[in-house]
Amino acid sequence: MSGLFTEAFLTSLVLGALTAGLPLMLAGLGEQISEKAGVLNIGIEGMMLFGAYLGFLVAYTTGSVWLGFLGGGLGGVLVAAPMALFCIRMGLSQIVIGIALTLGAEGLTALLHHFQFAQSYPRLPAVPTLAIPGLSAIPVIGPALFDRPPIVYLAVLAVAVTAYVFRSTQFGLSLQAAGDKPAALDAAGVDVARVRTCAVLTTGFLAGIGGAFMSQVGAGIFVPFMTNGAGFIGIVLAMQARGRPLWVLCGALLFGACLSATTALQVAGVSIPTDVIQMLPFAAVLMVLVLFGRRASLPPALGLHYVRGAR
Amino acid sequence: MSETTQIGGDALLARRSGAWRERLRLVAMALGPVLGAIVLSGLVLLALGVDPIAYYGYVVDRGLINPYGLQATLTRMGPLLLIAAGLIVAFRAGIWNLGGDGQFLLSAVIVAALGPLLVPYLPVWLVLLVGLAVGAMVGAVWSLLPALLKAYQGVNEIITTLMMTFLGVSFANVLVKLAFRDPATTVPQTRTLIVADRLPRLFDTTVSSGLIIGLVAIVAVHLLMTRTSFGLKLRIVGANPRAAIHAGLNVPLLTMATFAISAALAGLAGAVEIMGVQGNVRADWNPAYSLTVVPLVFLARFNGFASIAFVFLFSVLSIGGESAARRTGVPNFFTLVVVAILLIMLGITEYLDQRRRAAGK
Repeated sequence: MSGLFTEAFLTSLVLGALTAGLPLMLAGLGEQISEKAGVLNIGIEGMMLFGAYLGFLVAYTTGSVWLGFLGGGLGGVLVAAPMALFCIRMGLSQIVIGIALTLGAEGLTALLHHFQFAQSYPRLPAVPTLAIPGLSAIPVIGPALFDRPPIVYLAVLAVAVTAYVFRSTQFGLSLQAAGDKPAALDAAGVDVARVRTCAVLTTGFLAGIGGAFMSQVGAGIFVPFMTNGAGFIGIVLAMQARGRPLWVLCGALLFGACLSATTALQVAGVSIPTDVIQMLPFAAVLMVLVLFGRRASLPPALGLHYVRGAR
Repeated sequence: MSETTQIGGDALLARRSGAWRERLRLVAMALGPVLGAIVLSGLVLLALGVDPIAYYGYVVDRGLINPYGLQATLTRMGPLLLIAAGLIVAFRAGIWNLGGDGQFLLSAVIVAALGPLLVPYLPVWLVLLVGLAVGAMVGAVWSLLPALLKAYQGVNEIITTLMMTFLGVSFANVLVKLAFRDPATTVPQTRTLIVADRLPRLFDTTVSSGLIIGLVAIVAVHLLMTRTSFGLKLRIVGANPRAAIHAGLNVPLLTMATFAISAALAGLAGAVEIMGVQGNVRADWNPAYSLTVVPLVFLARFNGFASIAFVFLFSVLSIGGESAARRTGVPNFFTLVVVAILLIMLGITEYLDQRRRAAGK
């Protein structure tokens, strides 16, 4: 046991929690925005996966990390756009289209990967980090939290921005109304479809960056099906956080710690099959649902198509 | 009958042509998305630099025309039909059981481990029966948590069943690698059920009798849902849970029953796949049938007989696609793209049909 709590072990645990948790956080944050506006976004897994693929592709071909993340976000938006068109404009079932987009993104990225990279399996160089002076000198958490790629700080900033938008802006109110009582929003002269479209596209952008983070920072490589349910965990995070972005951040770090336990334990010299560890986050999610399931609250108009003037 | 004779021949004719038009509309709405999906996914192939006509030709040849291919296609249908039957029960009752893959895989692993253990002690037919029963039970057990959460806590079952699938897939791998591993092989897999001890084949073909089990199950489910009071109750819960409560139905109990039937059928599919086709489970094997059957059931509008047709079509695509993967270098992931496009096309046809009807009014 003495070897378990060395500084190296703790640093790798915190670092792993952050690396694994950040994509979950971005997905959860994105999902929260969609759900607030009344769209249950099951396609988020596909958005993440396509973001992971496109982010990797752009970063690999241009050699630019930032363009890679932009490409990832764009990839997510590309999958979110059909969702907006089919579910919000045409009123098709959000669940059916969500499944379709996830399956399609899985198949398409696996196909594209097969034709482009299956022979070479190229890796990306490590993403440069930005050490925050002072804070990064703290032992254990300093190098793990404050010497990270700049995108990490931006992502955490996004949580604060989302919280601000939800609480103190007109648009935040519109989002809330689109999920709670779309007819009231319509009566107030705001286009429900437009608000919801904005929300879904933002979700796609955030989820896409989350995916790109997985391929660019987390793995340095794109592998088919690499998101492995991260988007679905994001949905649970959003449900449990009940509209509060900060809770998404905390929850994501908690699940990230579960996910990263493998690497940390390997550093400590304990070997457990990866499959056991892969069960941890999902077991944790289910436990949370069992304990707090009743308290999970969702907007009343979630998943319902709004037709102007319909009763 | 007396009514039509009073109205006269013209009205009868009109009504008959109306019924025909309605039937034609349904056929068009089922086949339109299929054709659209084939064309659009052909364009995807073209973009990847593969000749779509040659590809589809090869798929049809290997999945339908070639006798071995056709037998493989029919064998594949068995487990898929069972999964489809399970989905029909759940969807008609308004419950989104998306956890079929976990229920399927765990049942497959446990049946694969149990079968070879029982063979020395029991006659073959009893081993098979026990295997099928255990498979169904394992599937149902794996849906218990989502069922309880949905019935008594109102937790969204889409999320919980998906989570149970991820959990189940990893758990199945843990079981294969740690608990049920065949010590005689280097690659982690369960002990193999020899061909003589598997589900009997039909006549002189290689088609597994799993096909019969699947066909019986889906017809039974169709009749259960459309012709019995129990099916009616489930459909009321699906159509309007609140109205169901006011009608005095025990909604939580019916929800539990729906989950149990649906998941047991998915588990049965796992048992049939192992005892009819695979014989063992290798580590990391996960065919992920369930999520790909969801669109087929939708295309069939939860109708059992139409589902048989779509499952057949998908089996051709899937078996042919597997051969084509080796021959033409297009990986099997392509079928995922086809299914995704199929779902979206289905949505669009539905939308166009609604608009056409709204305009006709």
